[in-house]
Amino acid sequence: MIVVNREQPFWHRFYLTSVLGGLFITAKHILRRRFTLRYPEKRFTPPDGYRGIPALVKDQNGREKCVACYLCQFVCPPRAITIKAAEMPGNPVEKFPEEFEINMLRCIYCGYCEEVCPEQAIFLVHDYEFAGGSRKELIFAKEKLYQLGGVRPDPIMKWAHK
Amino acid sequence: MSFIENRFTPNILTTTIDLVFNWARKSALWPMSFGLACCAIEMMAAVASRYDIDRFGAGVYRASPRQSDLMIVAGTVTEKMAPVLKRLYDQMPDPKWVISMGACATCGGPFPTYSTMQGVDRAVPVDVYIPGCPPRPEALLHGVLRLQDKIEKMTIARV
Repeated sequence: MIVVNREQPFWHRFYLTSVLGGLFITAKHILRRRFTLRYPEKRFTPPDGYRGIPALVKDQNGREKCVACYLCQFVCPPRAITIKAAEMPGNPVEKFPEEFEINMLRCIYCGYCEEVCPEQAIFLVHDYEFAGGSRKELIFAKEKLYQLGGVRPDPIMKWAHK
Repeated sequence: MSFIENRFTPNILTTTIDLVFNWARKSALWPMSFGLACCAIEMMAAVASRYDIDRFGAGVYRASPRQSDLMIVAGTVTEKMAPVLKRLYDQMPDPKWVISMGACATCGGPFPTYSTMQGVDRAVPVDVYIPGCPPRPEALLHGVLRLQDKIEKMTIARV
């Protein structure tokens, strides 16, 4: 092993220059703009296409868009979606989801359900802050999902012409 | 505190003690560094200057369970890791809380398999569940705030 003893300036022995250099960097940061987002008061605004939690949407007439085709349940990688289909009497749309549950604990926000949906009935909305005291609290039923999703206008309205 | 717990019905003394103790407990939650997977990266981001979990008094990450109040289970808990998790929880001094962060810790997430524990509540009692894969740092802060609300409701009185 070769040890090289390099000559150091005399004042380096006191470490004071390094301490002052560190303090100088700290003092520089005092003058800068505040970097911390003060979370509960100020919030981050997600960009378009942000993948928050999945939610169901209705069209402008208030009809449920979902036709219970089970594609999202099939494609969901962590199997978070559970659908129970039923027949809708007196309506051209034959099926609708009687129960539609998403287990938000299992959901990994991948967006496959939004991608696969042929009726554009499920979207990943911009909400991301959820916390629960129990596991049951975070299994969202259909009403809660519609409340989160809201209304997305449908330009085609294909079921109105059938 | 155990010698006066569950001994008195709610009165002005117990509520005052509760107020002081709960204030102290909720404003100095020392978490244990227990990062298991990618959620730990978001946990670190919550500690860093942008989100700064220190503003809620929960930023002093302890390397030892003996010094910590809060265990943030951040990441996939495998069946092999579960005894370790349980032992670390048992080593923490009372009162202690557990936040289960992310889909994997809360219920196995995308791993419904034999090797992954389907939720840490099978091993330790969980106070707050945070969904997300991984949750944003804000979601973790939201969980901490919710835990603080829970701590505020603790009482030594006989209910």
